[in-house]
Amino acid sequence: MNRIKQLFQEKKNILSIYYTAGYPNTGDTIQIAEALEKSGADMLEIGFPYSDPVADGPVIQASSKQSLDQGMTLNLLFEQLKDLRKKVTIPVLLMGYVNPVLQFGVEKFCEACAEVGVDGCIVPDLPMVEYEEFYKDCFEKHNLSNVFLITPQTAEERIHKIDGLTNGFIYLLSSSATTGKNLEVGNTTEAYFSRIKNLNLKNPTMIGFGISDKQTFDKACSYANGAIIGTAFVKAIADGNLEESVSNFMKKFKG
Amino acid sequence: MKYKVNEKGYYGDFGGAYIPEMLYPNVEELRQNYLKIIDDADFQKEFHQLLKDYVGRPSPLYLAKRYSERYGANIFLKREDLNHTGAHKINNTIGQILLAEKLGKKRIIAETGAGQHGVATATVCALRNLECVIYMGEVDIERQAPNVARMKMLGAKVVPASSGSKTLKDATNEAMRDWINNPVDTHYIIGSVVGPHPYPDMVAIFQSIISEETKKQLLEQTGSDQPDYVLACVGGGSNAMGMFYHFMDDENVKLIAVEAAGKGVSSGFSAATTYLGKEGVLHGSRSILMQTPDGQVVEPHSVSAGLDYPGIGPQHAHLFKTGRGQYVSITDEESLDAGLLCTQLEGIIPAIESAHALAYLEKMEFKGGENVVVCLSGRGDKDLDTYIKYFNL
Repeated sequence: MNRIKQLFQEKKNILSIYYTAGYPNTGDTIQIAEALEKSGADMLEIGFPYSDPVADGPVIQASSKQSLDQGMTLNLLFEQLKDLRKKVTIPVLLMGYVNPVLQFGVEKFCEACAEVGVDGCIVPDLPMVEYEEFYKDCFEKHNLSNVFLITPQTAEERIHKIDGLTNGFIYLLSSSATTGKNLEVGNTTEAYFSRIKNLNLKNPTMIGFGISDKQTFDKACSYANGAIIGTAFVKAIADGNLEESVSNFMKKFKG
Repeated sequence: MKYKVNEKGYYGDFGGAYIPEMLYPNVEELRQNYLKIIDDADFQKEFHQLLKDYVGRPSPLYLAKRYSERYGANIFLKREDLNHTGAHKINNTIGQILLAEKLGKKRIIAETGAGQHGVATATVCALRNLECVIYMGEVDIERQAPNVARMKMLGAKVVPASSGSKTLKDATNEAMRDWINNPVDTHYIIGSVVGPHPYPDMVAIFQSIISEETKKQLLEQTGSDQPDYVLACVGGGSNAMGMFYHFMDDENVKLIAVEAAGKGVSSGFSAATTYLGKEGVLHGSRSILMQTPDGQVVEPHSVSAGLDYPGIGPQHAHLFKTGRGQYVSITDEESLDAGLLCTQLEGIIPAIESAHALAYLEKMEFKGGENVVVCLSGRGDKDLDTYIKYFNL
């Protein structure tokens, strides 16, 4: 069974961490994954950097740029992930923009993901219609979940369509915003989370964008199967001893 | 209709809407409404009234005598430089501001390279009393200071884009991020035929006034509405698309699009997209863009800020791939020399962007008597500093 499916069957209040591959140093990708699993992360989203990340705020933009400047490529990332499954058991997704995938080759990308033991992908600028027409068969052949995003503005009909197309989880954006904005859970956000919860979707949901502490994490978990932390984590590992930074960061949520 | 957008938002292999979900409702709202709004009789009336009384259209089609003697062909200049605000950009911003009003938007954002689109956007925002935020690369802010001042006088807030190459591409990224963060009340006036569907089609429709007028004017002046050649410069490609639009289906009219070679196509400092680029996705559509083998967008270079963009609109990619359009390039130096030549032959100081199109005349061979239309997309006032430095004026 796909590791993502299994995780959602077995656990609640899932904590998923996003980080940028090759940041702060090119060789850190696997070490961060190991440290995160050791400190209690339930799932990982490894970002492959892109030069023009329009959905990202300043922190993830800067980490992407640094990683690219230091020489990160998709080829190098798959090379680094070669022994992933000897070291990490939790589900791993790759997250990034569509152009690097297109240049790498969609078929080759799916094969490489399957080969190293990646369980799914999040490609925010890959449209649903294109996915359905050109990518879905390839993803499914390689047992990869493709995760779609929804926002407070996403129409209900479209949410159901997304629910039918994906088989991992649905990424619930807490607001329409670039990454790194703080989660302000006001009445409208709560109403939106409740609305989604009451749709009884077949897929589990994870809340992302703006989760930065235990309080916002717990709040998110009361409406969804768990939450995703990105910007706050990327900030936390910018400098200092990597293992200590990871473990100190995770204590805030797991302590 | 062979070269127009299909119902899925594609031109052959190019186009589509490659956008994150956060932008989907905005873009979908536009997609569902743009044709309905544009085709409405009241909209058309108001649009054309403003083009006439405010922009000063129709812009003249001028038979340039001394150019014609020099090349042995009839060289016509389509004088978009005479438009209010000094370039073709205002055709599109007038259209989009009226459309934004119909959609009930209260806030306008835009990206700008040379500052022409920023000025044209700030102008229509002043005209219609709407809040205006312009994103502009830090590098461009420095080399286009007069336009920055104009935008500020017009009441716009100019926000520097400080990521990447700090030019047009990065200003576009910042504008898209703004739109993601302001999904309900804001309309994004994209200035070129780029971006997710329906932008390339919408901007082309608003700019198509250029070729619509040209056809009528040619018929009056030459007895035929079909020239032998039509030339325009291409960054994202909006003046070229406006100039080509009503000639695309006239297969005997040769369409020549002139890209910026910068310091030379092989110099590493170039913006010649069709020569250096490959198919991929940039700013929401599938097109041709300059990129590394790993799919990272390459920083372009051109002396002209308006052509300093690593992609071209999807419809241009289609014209290029099908061979309907001929895509060529002109270096920084060739364009500056052509700018001086135009000034001395015709008494017109062209924008350096437009000077790229004029420069290609030097490379063409004419049998004699052909009718050639060049889109003089903008005036050169904003480029005086560059001309001064290059010619030690």
